[in-house]
Amino acid sequence: MVKSTRITNAIRALRFARGEMTQAELAERTGVTRQTIIAIEQGRYSPTLEMAFRIARVFGVPLENVFQYPKNEGDGP
Amino acid sequence: MSFDEKYTWGFGLIAVAGYGVYLALLLGQVDAAPLTEAAYVPLMLWTIGGAIAAGMLLTILVSMAAPAEANKRDQRDRDINRFGEYVGQSFVVIGGVAALLMAMAEWDHFWIANVIYLCFVLSAVLSSAAKIVAYRFGFHPW
Repeated sequence: MVKSTRITNAIRALRFARGEMTQAELAERTGVTRQTIIAIEQGRYSPTLEMAFRIARVFGVPLENVFQYPKNEGDGP
Repeated sequence: MSFDEKYTWGFGLIAVAGYGVYLALLLGQVDAAPLTEAAYVPLMLWTIGGAIAAGMLLTILVSMAAPAEANKRDQRDRDINRFGEYVGQSFVVIGGVAALLMAMAEWDHFWIANVIYLCFVLSAVLSSAAKIVAYRFGFHPW
């Protein structure tokens, strides 16, 4: 279970684009703790599909604009 | 650090400290009599009871330190908790099987009780360690 993930995310950039939305604000709007937002942003936790959709909804963008997965096996995260 | 992570650190330390106190007090009786004749039952009950009380106190103290985060947990906390309990459970099974075999072989009650207690402690320590690693270095349930 404790392994690296190939999923990357653009949460930091999206927060910046939304007037430097704080991690605490994003956490409150998605219904999770601030520590979980930090862990997702740093790639230390892969959120559930439901949590991922809730984050995307806060930013008002499709899921793939928030989370990305490399197309080829050899591509890095 | 989330409420659950703080509690996990504290719980792991309490498990180690509690067993350390038990061992120190138990081995302190060795000079007076053989180990298997030591009065281990009251010591074990008091240290287990003390660890439970310390766990309650820990919850209160962690809650008082950050009231807004008290008992606040989300999907990640629940996932990590489940993972840690799953990892730690191996020692509960090992302890149970060991105690079963020792009872069948008619070992002294002292050793049976102590193997069970040791495995409970190892289970708590391993479970806490697994959770802390997941919190610190990453957890990917997918």
